[in-house]
Amino acid sequence: MTIPAPPVENLANAADTLQITRAQRILRGLWTAPLSAKLGLLIIVVYVFVALFAPWIAPFGESEIVGKKYLPWGEEYFLGTDNLGRDMLTRLVYGARNTVGIALVTTVYAFILGGTLGIIAAVLGGWVDQLLSRMVDVLMAIPALIFAMLLLSIFGTSVLSLILIIGLLDATRIFRITRAVSLNVVVMDFVEAARLRGEKLAWITLREILPSISAPLAAEFGIRFCFVFLTISALSFLGLGIQPPTADWGSMVRDTADLITFEDYTPLIPAAAIAVLTIGVNFVVDWFLHQTSGLKDEL
Amino acid sequence: MNNIVTMLLQRILLGLLTLFIVSLIIFLGVSMLPGDAAQAILGQAATPDTVAALRKQLGLDLPAHLRYINWLGGILQGDFGTSIGNGREISEVIGVRFANTIFLAAFAACISIPLSLVLGILAALYRNSIYDRTVNVVTLSSISTPEFFVAYILILFVSVKGGWFPSLSNIQGETGFLERLDKTFLPAVTLTLVSVAYMMRMTRAAIINLLSQSYIEMATLKGIRNPRIIIRHALPNAWAPIVNVIVLNLAYLIVGVVVVEVVFVYPGLGQLLVDAVQRRDMPVVQACCLIFAVTYVTLNLIADILSILTNPRLLHPK
Repeated sequence: MTIPAPPVENLANAADTLQITRAQRILRGLWTAPLSAKLGLLIIVVYVFVALFAPWIAPFGESEIVGKKYLPWGEEYFLGTDNLGRDMLTRLVYGARNTVGIALVTTVYAFILGGTLGIIAAVLGGWVDQLLSRMVDVLMAIPALIFAMLLLSIFGTSVLSLILIIGLLDATRIFRITRAVSLNVVVMDFVEAARLRGEKLAWITLREILPSISAPLAAEFGIRFCFVFLTISALSFLGLGIQPPTADWGSMVRDTADLITFEDYTPLIPAAAIAVLTIGVNFVVDWFLHQTSGLKDEL
Repeated sequence: MNNIVTMLLQRILLGLLTLFIVSLIIFLGVSMLPGDAAQAILGQAATPDTVAALRKQLGLDLPAHLRYINWLGGILQGDFGTSIGNGREISEVIGVRFANTIFLAAFAACISIPLSLVLGILAALYRNSIYDRTVNVVTLSSISTPEFFVAYILILFVSVKGGWFPSLSNIQGETGFLERLDKTFLPAVTLTLVSVAYMMRMTRAAIINLLSQSYIEMATLKGIRNPRIIIRHALPNAWAPIVNVIVLNLAYLIVGVVVVEVVFVYPGLGQLLVDAVQRRDMPVVQACCLIFAVTYVTLNLIADILSILTNPRLLHPK
């Protein structure tokens, strides 16, 4: 697949050409992706769309009580109503915004924290590395969900403390992987050359190391997002995460759980919404890992 | 041999140090809270005198390091303090709860360990076949699934529609062993389904890693048959990673019970912890977190020790 190269008149034009070819390359990559990866991408696109346009898609207000409790599925209330008489479909749509949004913010925060510290530990080495690594060891010695519950009971269950706590606990994992991949890059000649040129720490981190480790970190972002998303959903399901009246999939399962004994599928739907998104992201990550590292026999 | 003993001692000391720091975090975190247990037990209406008296009785007027030593010393003797919620001794409840959690985790382990080892070894042997790819997609999906999703699907189809197993695991002290198995079957299967994927993938990776080594290739080139290569050549080196996988998974199972226990109303430690966090009953939260953390750290330590002990290179130094 070749495209006719437009005449290069100036620099801006040349940059355009480069962009087109890159876009083409990405498109071609997508075209040849395995079915599971395409499915995963489709799922992500649908979720993002629903999250962005939630108020236009949802038939009712987020926490509006529209009818009786536990109404069955039907014309007016497509998926029925929940334990307070709120429309399930509406809350499902808003849940995309709240649950996914909070998980995304948490992951980004965890990446900024863990990634920065990880690179710094690798570049500086010495006692900084020792101190940070030992602190992470201790934080990781306590199982994440248990630690999260301890911290949540100390700081209370608000969205802000949820984001800060889960982000901190997840940053430990990101610290480890960033440090590990950066250590491989730090010893390379071009980093040494930059150091000898007298470049500052910020330059070495941003211009020399970051570009070399971005591929494994991108894959890690997907994996960590799934993990954060599942942890937040689990905590919300336990009643310790996102608090009412905010629509959230974990708490929706909890609120409607009683229906399961009446052979009603309603509680399974928000749970499936969680599962489908994480499966989609995992499929994409799996494909991406194969693409970028050529690993065939790894995990 | 000396080498191994020093390594083991190092690991054990490191484990003890970790446990010490973990207990310190759990203690200090809670003591950062405004207000204290005495105020919480007596409520806002209590006079300052009675609060002060109770504080003295509970030893809360002492400086932090003395309180920590008292707390830790009490726990080492099996005294976890009193619950703020109902004023009862925590040790009365916590032993039974922990035993229940261990029972559930052990039950799940009995199903999941053999299953995942067999699946993992098969996937490694027939890698990149249809079987391997199917298993890859299925395990990737099951890793991505929240525990409560699996649990409610099982409740809906096996319990509500099928009526084969109860959906509530309300076991008590006098519940007989068989009835106990019957009632914990669904929680155990749920745990199995969510943990098999991890173990299977780790087993597969460990075996594939081994099979790509040159001495295995050498054995193949010599014309030795597959079963013999696996049993005589690969397995002795595979024990370390496999044992590691099993013990790490036990740690995962014991900690992972929290959500499953809540779904099935199983009277375990996880359920107790969730209730305590909701009521902000800090002594109970501390006790549960400590037990979970100690179990987790100890199992990880055992995994470390076992992988040293099963490593042929360390056992037969040159």
